[in-house]
Amino acid sequence: MIEFRSVSKQFPDGTLAVDDFSLTLPSHQTTVLVGSSGSGKTTLLRMINRMVDPSSGTIEIDGADIAALEPVQLRRSIGYVMQNSGLLPHRTVIDNVATVPLLRGVPRRKARTEALSLLDTVGLDRSLAARYPNQLSGGQQQRVGVARGLAVNPNILLMDEPFGAVDPIVRAELQQELIRLQSELGKTVVFVTHDIEEAFLLGDQVVILRDGGRIAQVGSPSDILAKPADDFVASFVGADRGKRALHVERRGGSDILVDTDGRLAGVLVAPSAADATPDHRAPR
Amino acid sequence: MNLFADALNWILDPANYVGPGGIPVRLVEHLGFTVVAVSLAALIAVPFGFLIGHTGRGRGLAVATSGGLRAIPTLGLLTLVALWVGIGLGAPYVALTILAIPPILAGAYTGFEAIDRTVIDSARSVGMSEAQIMRTVEVPLGLPLLIAGIRSATLQVVATATLAAYVADFGLGRFLFAGLKTRDYAEMLGGSILVILLAVLLEGIFTGVQRLVVPKGVAAARPSVDRGRSARPASGMDPAITKGTH
Ligand SMILES: Nc1ncnc2c1ncn2[C@@H]1O[C@H](COP(=O)(O)OP(=O)(O)OP(=O)(O)O)[C@@H](O)[C@H]1O
Ligand SMILES: [Mg+2]
Repeated sequence: MIEFRSVSKQFPDGTLAVDDFSLTLPSHQTTVLVGSSGSGKTTLLRMINRMVDPSSGTIEIDGADIAALEPVQLRRSIGYVMQNSGLLPHRTVIDNVATVPLLRGVPRRKARTEALSLLDTVGLDRSLAARYPNQLSGGQQQRVGVARGLAVNPNILLMDEPFGAVDPIVRAELQQELIRLQSELGKTVVFVTHDIEEAFLLGDQVVILRDGGRIAQVGSPSDILAKPADDFVASFVGADRGKRALHVERRGGSDILVDTDGRLAGVLVAPSAADATPDHRAPR
Repeated sequence: MNLFADALNWILDPANYVGPGGIPVRLVEHLGFTVVAVSLAALIAVPFGFLIGHTGRGRGLAVATSGGLRAIPTLGLLTLVALWVGIGLGAPYVALTILAIPPILAGAYTGFEAIDRTVIDSARSVGMSEAQIMRTVEVPLGLPLLIAGIRSATLQVVATATLAAYVADFGLGRFLFAGLKTRDYAEMLGGSILVILLAVLLEGIFTGVQRLVVPKGVAAARPSVDRGRSARPASGMDPAITKGTH
């Protein structure tokens, strides 16, 4: 469990990036921080592994104040996946994945064996192990980034817009992969995105942020969709534009879902078929 | 042309290859002097350069100091130090070490600065200590520019080391000063040609070394190199320093 208690962060230049933020992130669940650019998501995330220290307030992991922990040790116990993978360009895929275990003193051979099996976990072919990051596609690099984040078998996995830099098809693939992984591994995942669709897809708990890390609403995706707290949230999730309020029209012999603007949103199918599709929400 | 032929004859004359003042001895002296002066400069400049590059602090001071050091006329400095420490090799070592410091210092810190910040940030965020970041990320990734700086320093020193003969019976410069005194222009030109040949040889060696030190997987991964792979020098760098880092 991660707990933010009245956390604020003011940068030396005066920017108040996070203003009195309090939140509990339950263990073994995915919490998604979502908000527009500059709302303080990255700052919040990086306070968990002490890449940023709060100006005031405390952050606790399982009841222990992290301000008392040694940053380097703390970071080695937390997985971190960055937006542009952040891989070391001069190390091969396998050595990138094994970086942290090696720092923690795991013998080289063992670290590499485990790194290889992590490549399987994230759906990468083992033949890519000897490549350098610049010899991989963006999506492959992201997978390596995820594998590296998992390499120390951390309880906590921080992901900062990890799928921001890949095309929609690969992103959808990676999202499904993450859902599968998370159902197997049950990590405490903190996921940052500015894409509300992604937030609803991945989050057990979704936190919608305004500027300054101010919480507009916290809840499960269905809570937020059903009862947006205010106009800001409604606008953010697209409810105000009627994108989420769909009705059925009969066209050409099938039931078509249409939003309030009259745009096509999808097709209504029988429930059994819908269950078989992992992502059964209406596409945009 | 005649003078040039005379110079070649001088270089090829077996008589010039014997004794303590012969070409082989002078060559070895010259080369040894260059190696020592550049190594001394590296010993001083590299730690400072790494520290500046790693912390991002002290850069302004380094640029100002380097600029100041570069502006000192080497011959003047040499004379000054010689007046102080006396005739001998002490003065040339001091003067040429000072000459070699700025390019090496610049190579060391620009090498670090040229590394993509996200790479360093990610190294830190997975739990590398500052020392580990330096050793396993910044030094290997910054090495090509450091070597380029050392190369530039070496070329300056090997050329300027001829001045050592001004205050000591030493190096290839001896032929220039001796030739000047006796108006033996063949000897002067021959001596110069030897210096040039030595410089070309060192250039060749450095070209090879520079290829070797570019970490695998990096060639296309460096942001500054990625876009214009042409000889666009990194900002604030002497073109001579970046040349050949491809
Ligand atoms: N090191 C810093 N120094 C000064 N201001 C900063 C620093 N880092 C972030 N900020 C500011 O703090 C605010 C929040 O930044 P943050 O990176 O947390 O936003 P974000 O929600 O992650 O945005 P994005 O979606 O664009 O990544 C911004 O106004 C930003 O300019
Ligand atoms: Mg961000």
